[in-house]
Amino acid sequence: MRSDYLLSQLDVLESESIHIMREVAAEFERPALLFSGGKDSIVMLALAEKAFRPANIPFPVMHIDTGHNFPEVIDFRDRRAAELGVRLIVASVQESIDSGRAVEETGRWVSRNRLQTVTLLDAIEEQRFDALFGGARRDEEKARAKERVFSFRDEFGQWDPKNQRPELWNLYNARIKRGEHIRVFPLSNWTELDIWDYIERENLEIPSIYYAHERLVFERDGILLADNEYLTRTEDEQPFMATVRYRTVGDMTITGAVVSGATTVAEVITEVAATRITERGATRADDRTSEAAMEDRKREGYF
Amino acid sequence: MDILRFATAGSVDDGKSTLIGRLLFDSKAIFEDQLASVERTSRDRGEEGTNLALLTDGLRAEREQGITIDVAYRYFATPRRKFIIADTPGHIQYTRNMVTGASTADLAIILVDARNGLTEQSRRHAFLTTLLRVPHLVLAVNKMDLVGYDQQVFEEICEEFSKFATKLEVQDLTFIPISALNGDNVVDRSANMPWYDGPSLLHHLEHLHIASDRNLIDVRFPVQYVIRPHASSDPELHDYRGYAGQVAGGVLKPGDEVLHMPSGFSTRIKKIELAGKEVEEAFPPMSVTLLLDDDVDISRGDLICRPNNRPAAAQDIEGMVCWMSADRPLAPRSRLVVKHTTRTVKAIVTDLHYRIDVNTLHRDETATQLGLNEIGRVRMRLTQPVFADPYSRNRLTGGMILIDEASNTTVGTVMITDAR
Repeated sequence: MRSDYLLSQLDVLESESIHIMREVAAEFERPALLFSGGKDSIVMLALAEKAFRPANIPFPVMHIDTGHNFPEVIDFRDRRAAELGVRLIVASVQESIDSGRAVEETGRWVSRNRLQTVTLLDAIEEQRFDALFGGARRDEEKARAKERVFSFRDEFGQWDPKNQRPELWNLYNARIKRGEHIRVFPLSNWTELDIWDYIERENLEIPSIYYAHERLVFERDGILLADNEYLTRTEDEQPFMATVRYRTVGDMTITGAVVSGATTVAEVITEVAATRITERGATRADDRTSEAAMEDRKREGYF
Repeated sequence: MDILRFATAGSVDDGKSTLIGRLLFDSKAIFEDQLASVERTSRDRGEEGTNLALLTDGLRAEREQGITIDVAYRYFATPRRKFIIADTPGHIQYTRNMVTGASTADLAIILVDARNGLTEQSRRHAFLTTLLRVPHLVLAVNKMDLVGYDQQVFEEICEEFSKFATKLEVQDLTFIPISALNGDNVVDRSANMPWYDGPSLLHHLEHLHIASDRNLIDVRFPVQYVIRPHASSDPELHDYRGYAGQVAGGVLKPGDEVLHMPSGFSTRIKKIELAGKEVEEAFPPMSVTLLLDDDVDISRGDLICRPNNRPAAAQDIEGMVCWMSADRPLAPRSRLVVKHTTRTVKAIVTDLHYRIDVNTLHRDETATQLGLNEIGRVRMRLTQPVFADPYSRNRLTGGMILIDEASNTTVGTVMITDAR
């Protein structure tokens, strides 16, 4: 500890996130943490562990499983939850489709991205959750840059960006009526680089697909997609082996890989620091739909 | 590397977006795909050149109307510091969103168009910034290129602002002549204004001393959450009682004598833990867990301080209110829920002393209520005490939010001037 009472940016961010998590644990009856096995939710879960130590994390974790996830990530999710002894709830998009609550998209960009909202909102209602931690960061996307840390959702799960609750200092308004809920974003002020710096500093384990590996991929609209059973390639889309890694982890159908030789956290950090393209821009087909794709999905209740 | 949070206030016409775009671009925080998207949208809309406002005006409605409605947060870093920009709206109808962005800022940049000088809007922004006690203020006189880099124009604006600032409690004020479009004095000192011998804007942001802005004197530890491990296999944890919270003021060390409010009971700090690890001291804004020598009945909403330096246990609050609701006004006899640190109590407004005209600072003592975005001085009576300091002494123990009991929305904010 230094005598000038200065904290590093990671310490400031960590303290802010821990404060937010404790506030939720104190003010809500049934919170849950959305855990995808991606790097942001891994950091969020590590912060939750720190916030309540030596007690256990006082809420369950939930994964909205599209059925199109990378197997490496699902393995990691199950292992990590077991290690921490937290209750893992898996809400399945396939079940939503089977029960007729959601309808599978068709076409070239078949994606279950948007269907997740149905499964998510159903799970919130069924489990009667009143607060959900999400790992979204404001530096990711321009609609997210506008969202509060405590983001109110009405009984339909909708976000109203023009009517957000003012949020001052470190005071968060947790009051809701039955059926409404709050999405809580403890990583709001973290950047992609902060996440990687923290993973390095805390020596956090992450799924192997974040590091460079050999994979059969094909190119579509400038995005390198893993050759997988859920996507039908056209004749022009010939698969080839490449050394790649993932900057974000989502569905295999929409998450692109980047060509990389980075096999350690330090090498990833060097790459991230030098990149000239945002992580969603480089790798997410779901944001390319329109200028306001994220805002529109968030209004409907998306993460 | 530490963090500086700053708010920018001003309208698109003052060149606010250009300035933010310039800072982000020069620090390589704008990515190629973001720029390409902004260029594409600008072109699709038939605009001349690239509209940098599209970088921060992320909402559909903002893009349609060409104005900033809500705060956007942007991030960039230089080798010296990480920066968080709260890009706040300038229009009077979005005052509440500007207040949100200013509440956590270490510094505010108020942009003025050199051709127009001070406007009603710049005076309002200066007032709000000082009302929220943003510790450092920069008046950036922009578009100096359009007035021929004229020293006299700059100095006249500075003089006029200084005169206005005497009516406000400005703690630290810096004037910088810039051209956001050309980059003069933004990142590097400009050769076009040899008469200016101050720092460039970025240099000022990078080197500003902010450590002393926090209150490191008055120990204030609002108890947020009590950690009691259940069903633990570790017998050492059976009696574990940790008081978790974020330090709001002062420096705490193991062995320090502390006092618990409201009981008045004194004990000593046995141990301080940060994320499960023992640490030697805690200071703002650290989130820590305190373990105490004696078993005291402590719960969320209580406060730990030093025996000879306590906040008021106050049920009567005087303060400046910024009202944020369009649905109902604030008036004497209004009933509200108050959230102060980790404590939530009920309150009734007993008196509205005056409403302040945010543009002229004129106090209207005949006012009978406050509407949306109006500011005034009130007295409130609380059902339970809060452990409060004047806002000028501590932004965290001196600020409260007001919540409507029926709709649950945040309808106002109070900066406490007097608590007893």
